[in-house]
Amino acid sequence: MTKRSFAHSLLPLIGLVAFLLVWEAVPRLGLASRVLLPTPSDLPAAFMRELSSGMWLKSVGLSLSHYTLGLLAGLGAGVGLGVLTGMSNVAEGLFAWVSRVLRPIPGLAWVPFAIIWFGVSQSGAVFIIAIGVFWIVYFATHGAIRGVDRDFIELAQAFGFTGPLERLFKVLLPAATPGILVGLRTALGQAWMAVVAAELFGVTGLGSRMMQASSLLATDIVVVYMLTMAALYGLMDAFFMAAQGRLLRWKP
Amino acid sequence: MEAVMKPKLPEYVIDIEGLALSFDQDGRRTDVLRGLDLKVAAGEFVAVVGASGVGKSTLLRVLMGLAPHSAGRVVVAPDPAAERPMALVFQDSRLLPWRRVVTNVSFGLEKAGGPEKTRLPAAARRERAMQALGLVGLSDLAERWPWQLSGGQRQRVALARALAVRPSILLMDEPFSALDVATREGLQDELLRVWRQTGKTIVFVTHDIDEAVYLADRIVALGGKPGEVRSVRAIDVARPRRRGALALQDIAAKVKADITADAAAPVEDYVI
Repeated sequence: MTKRSFAHSLLPLIGLVAFLLVWEAVPRLGLASRVLLPTPSDLPAAFMRELSSGMWLKSVGLSLSHYTLGLLAGLGAGVGLGVLTGMSNVAEGLFAWVSRVLRPIPGLAWVPFAIIWFGVSQSGAVFIIAIGVFWIVYFATHGAIRGVDRDFIELAQAFGFTGPLERLFKVLLPAATPGILVGLRTALGQAWMAVVAAELFGVTGLGSRMMQASSLLATDIVVVYMLTMAALYGLMDAFFMAAQGRLLRWKP
Repeated sequence: MEAVMKPKLPEYVIDIEGLALSFDQDGRRTDVLRGLDLKVAAGEFVAVVGASGVGKSTLLRVLMGLAPHSAGRVVVAPDPAAERPMALVFQDSRLLPWRRVVTNVSFGLEKAGGPEKTRLPAAARRERAMQALGLVGLSDLAERWPWQLSGGQRQRVALARALAVRPSILLMDEPFSALDVATREGLQDELLRVWRQTGKTIVFVTHDIDEAVYLADRIVALGGKPGEVRSVRAIDVARPRRRGALALQDIAAKVKADITADAAAPVEDYVI
């Protein structure tokens, strides 16, 4: 039993090693050009080059700041509007068609306006990221607030919490937190995609650095940044899970 | 010389006259309660019984101000020494799952109340909550989450939450109906002890007539559709009572008959 589960836990590792071996073998066996497909063994050297030139830290730092600001802006606007339309039928009615029109527009389609409004600048990148995050968080929050058990609202009333703000902070927000966090977790991944998209049009960061490297056929550096993103996302998700575990520690 | 005793006037904390309640649903008018009169004296334990759907819970909601009534007069004159007029214990304990037991109990204290209309500071709220938990014998579970409690414990926490705001009147909406017999009987005795200790007025809604005759001073039987008062009977059986005592069974049988009988002039078999 334990032997079996131990072997089972080794499977992902075996799979990863096999994947790396195949990857390494394909260019070495001449099946693909090493320029088109860098091998894993090329990567540490490429990473060290980027690190020592200072480009890696600079790109990562800028991208993280776009990511964080965009995420916070989208989260704030999404939770705010989601709470408003979740609590008020008037607000929900007013926003119904507006959201139906704007919702399907992909974040990338906003790039022209980001450039016109903000120029090729940090704020432009933040704007693109925030839009993607906003919709996900907005719908999650709206649904979670609407879904709060009426009985809890009645309980709050019975103990004298009759105002909308009291209802919001005593009952609605705590009860809706799990639902809002589900949206936030999705947005956390979505925002990374938006970071690359937002930086491809020229704002300095991971995305623009990747474009530069690829135009010089420095594919090993492109892969370094791809893996950097994967690592950063994994780190974020781990932080998120820890924070969520703390926020939802009341759950069985 | 003999002192002249002035007859003590009954002091009603709840005085309902001609209460009617109806609501419109899908364009159809549904009457829930009709012509309901009810007087409750200070410190009294009144049980309201009747079949489900007769409007028992609605009556409590009207008293709490959670539902509007269509006609009639509802006067609540709480004990001025109490901090809140009323507190309600729901059938489902309705504990907030994101709060620990102790903060569930102090929930109502987060609203400014009392004669000075001020909000207690956090430390005082906690102290109050611990006192209330002590009253229902659950001090040890203060730091638990609601999901870690049994059904009986949850109801006791709900009772503590209602007691913590120091209400004049305790309204209870079938609070023990979802519990197994042993737990229910334990909680009934516990409620009687709390009632004796605190001297609160209790309006206890239940569909279980045996529970009503065991607990209450008076039983108000509702029947019909829309619900109306079928009888008001005093339970002149000394406390502590014995479950299933003949005198109690006798009254229970009468109440049962009152509820199922066709509409008749309400029976009033009591003197305060």
